[in-house]
Amino acid sequence: MTINEVQQEIIEEFSVYEDWMDKYGYLIELGNELKDIDPKDKTDEFLIKGCQSRVWLISDFVDGKIVFRGESDAVIVKGLVALLLRVVSNRTPSEILNNELFFIDDIGLKQHLSPTRSNGLLSMVKQIKLYAVAYNRISGKENA
Amino acid sequence: MTLDIQKIREDFPILQQKIYNRPLVYFDNAATTQRPQQVIDALNKTYTEYYGNIHRAAHFLADKATTAYEETREKVRSLINAETREQIIFTKGTTESINLVAFSFGEAFIQAEDEIIVSEMEHHSNIVPWQLMAGRKGAKIVMLPIDDDGRLQIEDLEKLITSRTKLIAVAHVSNVLGTINPIAEITRIAHSKGIRIFVDGAQAAPHLHIDVQKLDVDFYALSAHKMYGPNGVGVLYGKKELLDQLPPYQGGGEMISEVKFSGTTYNDLPYKFEAGTPNISGVIAFGAAIDYIRNIGIENLAAWEHELLNYATEKLLGIPGLRIYGTQPEKSGVISFNVDGVHFFDLGTMLDKFGIAVRTGHHCADPLMDHFGIQGTVRASFAFYNTKEEIDVFIEALKKVIAMF
Repeated sequence: MTINEVQQEIIEEFSVYEDWMDKYGYLIELGNELKDIDPKDKTDEFLIKGCQSRVWLISDFVDGKIVFRGESDAVIVKGLVALLLRVVSNRTPSEILNNELFFIDDIGLKQHLSPTRSNGLLSMVKQIKLYAVAYNRISGKENA
Repeated sequence: MTLDIQKIREDFPILQQKIYNRPLVYFDNAATTQRPQQVIDALNKTYTEYYGNIHRAAHFLADKATTAYEETREKVRSLINAETREQIIFTKGTTESINLVAFSFGEAFIQAEDEIIVSEMEHHSNIVPWQLMAGRKGAKIVMLPIDDDGRLQIEDLEKLITSRTKLIAVAHVSNVLGTINPIAEITRIAHSKGIRIFVDGAQAAPHLHIDVQKLDVDFYALSAHKMYGPNGVGVLYGKKELLDQLPPYQGGGEMISEVKFSGTTYNDLPYKFEAGTPNISGVIAFGAAIDYIRNIGIENLAAWEHELLNYATEKLLGIPGLRIYGTQPEKSGVISFNVDGVHFFDLGTMLDKFGIAVRTGHHCADPLMDHFGIQGTVRASFAFYNTKEEIDVFIEALKKVIAMF
């Protein structure tokens, strides 16, 4: 599936919930299901700054694709991390750089991306793009 | 006197609205309070009827604005029982008041190796300005610790004081724990050793009767926006002999007596510390806020807020796994808590969906969070316009939210 197909799939999953309680309930479920990262990876190096909840984001570059792992100590934020990882993990840098992340708007969680909300989702997206830029450079050199 | 809360609430237009189709429950009053129509009208009236730059023109509008501005100074003086109106300096908020004292007191009285005692429960704005000053002067910051109930360990104070201690900086009321600190006692200890005291009154002034002469403090700071007044207005009170000795904090118009390139002489108090055009309309409307709370009576609103605090505390303690931070008896209407197994940010996010405004996070008090070994808390803080019914709504919502995790 392409990055946009996965986003579309998430939008459809959320569209069955009319009530915001159920929407957040689903997000909590996703958060609880997300596999924890290794506690020894929970270091300041991988901590996303400027969040009310702590968010760690780690990336590995495997066969030209970026594999992301992430976690948060707040479950709702962890649910958002799970959604993001589903969309961006195991993608090439150019896939990440050339596609807009529109699903967050569309599932009605836009407030979580607003820069005034200090939950770090915006910082997370920024960090993902930065990783993509960095790996893009590396893979560019390897191909040259 | 029993307050007619429903009638009071009618004065606050913002409280009438619905958030996510639910009536707003505003429990973030320690961050900022809402304004009554009387204050909004005063702001409007200033701009529509008598706005002009104060203290410097001969015309009618400027004269009227100056009179109204200076009337607020007198109202503040009377509210906190300062000796003279010259000792009331308008700033843009408590933070600026603290920065002013840290800078000017530092310039006048602090030498290398001198010490400033700052309590562990302080808001960052009553820590960082002192650190900046200490950095400039080569001085040291010494921490006055708290115990696990959130009480200042006053018995340690005398041990912390050395011959180099020059000032103690402490909050009157903690913005996280609600603890009301024994300012008169701390001041007595400080003065007996020739040490000055600065009090951050941001969380106290809206809820307690303040008498700076009775407390005998050297400096006291407060913010209008936490007292149902406009934002961008604060106050610094200081003892006259001290204020006279402090150099200006900022240079500009208004604060001068005579400017020559060979040297400048400064204006008298309080203008020496009020450089530039101040927040004229804000200060004038702050006067309306003071009238409003004095009309209700500080004692009356304090009594009601105390009742709300007790009611909410009892209900919260009925929730399994809930821990309150700040449990000593002398306490203002602030409750910080966490619930086992649920992150404060998750709680705050979900409570918001129920139309309930609480604060989550470290509340600009990292050292205090470190004391309790936590990242943050949920904080509910009350004002006199809050009701027991709102607390019931809050408790029910909280229980539903906890069940979701």
